[in-house]
Amino acid sequence: MTRTPDDGPLLSVADLWVRFPTRKGVVEAVRGVGFEVGREKLGIVGESGSGKSMTGKAILRLVPAPGEVRARALRFGGLDLLRIDEAAMRKVRGRRISMVMQDPKYSLNPVMTVGRQIDEAYRVHTGAAAAAARARSLEMLRAVRIRDPERVYRAYPHELSGGMGQRIMIAMMLIPDPDLLIADEPTSALDVTVQMQVLAIIDDLVTTRGMGLIFISHDLNLVASFCDRVLIMYAGRVVEACRAAELPLARHPYTRGLLGSLPRVDRPGGELPVLRRDPAWATDPAGAGGR
Amino acid sequence: MIAVDDLSVTFGHGSDAVRAVQEVSFRVDEGDSFGLVGESGSGKSTVLRALCGLLSDWTGKIVVAGRVQGRRRARAFHKLVQMVFQDPYGSLHPRHTVDRALSEPVAIHRLGQPERRIEAALRDVGLDPSFRFRYPHQLSGGQRQRVAIARALILEPRVLLLDEPTSALDVSVQAEILNLLNRLRAAHGLTFVLVSHNLAVVAHMCGRLAVMNRGRVVEAMPVERLRAGEPERPYTRQLLQASLGYDRAAVDRFLEFD
Repeated sequence: MTRTPDDGPLLSVADLWVRFPTRKGVVEAVRGVGFEVGREKLGIVGESGSGKSMTGKAILRLVPAPGEVRARALRFGGLDLLRIDEAAMRKVRGRRISMVMQDPKYSLNPVMTVGRQIDEAYRVHTGAAAAAARARSLEMLRAVRIRDPERVYRAYPHELSGGMGQRIMIAMMLIPDPDLLIADEPTSALDVTVQMQVLAIIDDLVTTRGMGLIFISHDLNLVASFCDRVLIMYAGRVVEACRAAELPLARHPYTRGLLGSLPRVDRPGGELPVLRRDPAWATDPAGAGGR
Repeated sequence: MIAVDDLSVTFGHGSDAVRAVQEVSFRVDEGDSFGLVGESGSGKSTVLRALCGLLSDWTGKIVVAGRVQGRRRARAFHKLVQMVFQDPYGSLHPRHTVDRALSEPVAIHRLGQPERRIEAALRDVGLDPSFRFRYPHQLSGGQRQRVAIARALILEPRVLLLDEPTSALDVSVQAEILNLLNRLRAAHGLTFVLVSHNLAVVAHMCGRLAVMNRGRVVEAMPVERLRAGEPERPYTRQLLQASLGYDRAAVDRFLEFD
């Protein structure tokens, strides 16, 4: 597949809001987020409650009821994701934009073999015959570097390690050959070496297939070393956007505070700087109030 | 303060037996902080559980504060050694107030003056006394972990065993808890054994550490050697490399270790 990197953004999001009406009033999980994703690795970093996962879900219209999604624009390719009906949306989900969740333990069906689950993902989107789907699934298992694809194809999820489970999730999400992959903490349940191996697989697939990737994570160091660009979210807003390599030079006090609060292997212990939260960060995305 | 010699733990029998910990030995001096690092299944938490008496099926020798420990521990042992667990959402009883969680150890050990002790313990961990009558669901993750630390400290132990005390917390909250633990260690002359999968946390908190893989200690070293990036064993070097961030070229050089 040959795609040029400069054929415009895959996805553009403008002024995205996600609101949940509750008994105590409306909770705004995402408040006016805007960004574009091309054929690149975009990281979205934030702490729990920052709205990073909700942003990913809103793109696929997976925000659970009674949540409401509003945006000025939510465009993917030529499609307006806010307007198209549910049937058209189902053709986008999985086929053109797919999502890898955090924990394979909860994302895989425990009573179906791995092979049947991957086959299903392929056949639903392509209508392929069983034999063709099986061949494609085995090929995909090899692509995510499963050593013994025949055995794993026949195995049930509980017979596999967490790292293997996550590779299977990735295989399943990539088999319809999507244009955009949203990965929500895809490796945070894994050991650090396995985490790096799984990231390398995603990285290679992004490069060879010219896919776009939205990588949602709480791990600043990981995102800085893995992604091309980073958005930092706080209280439902993007407080800072920069090139990943320039993250150490971040200007927003929240980003600086987060970076400072990380213990490091190569620095002696002592008191870690503690993040002092400024209420202005929640209302002022540019961070001018904190400077 | 702590001496562990040839500790082995086996789960199950016959062909299903899993040797979770194999011939692990280490020593921790009074007032020191010792780290046990490893990936999941390395046996690091099992060592901690055997040490504090939560497991009874172990072999080897465990000496704490000069006393050889058997399979059952005396009440005095638990006054001396307390543990803090990973998940503050699971380790506090959801229907007990903070006050009740903290009174229980005082009552068990018949220490008296529960009021004074509870207030002192809350102050120690940086919580206002008004937190006494709250339930866990009214607290944030960081506040819950502070309560769990207060519950351990209320007996005035000399050893604190910490099993991934910050891995369920956001990094900014993690920094607060790590600072708190360091402050408490200095103030009370505590001895720490800290188990973590996170090399940076162990490097930050500990003076010495042991790296475990598949039930065995791969190597033990002073933290300076880790900081300088000079561990001796290939397993530790790989773990350190992976902890420093994503590096596509490095991943291709990763090996499997048995």
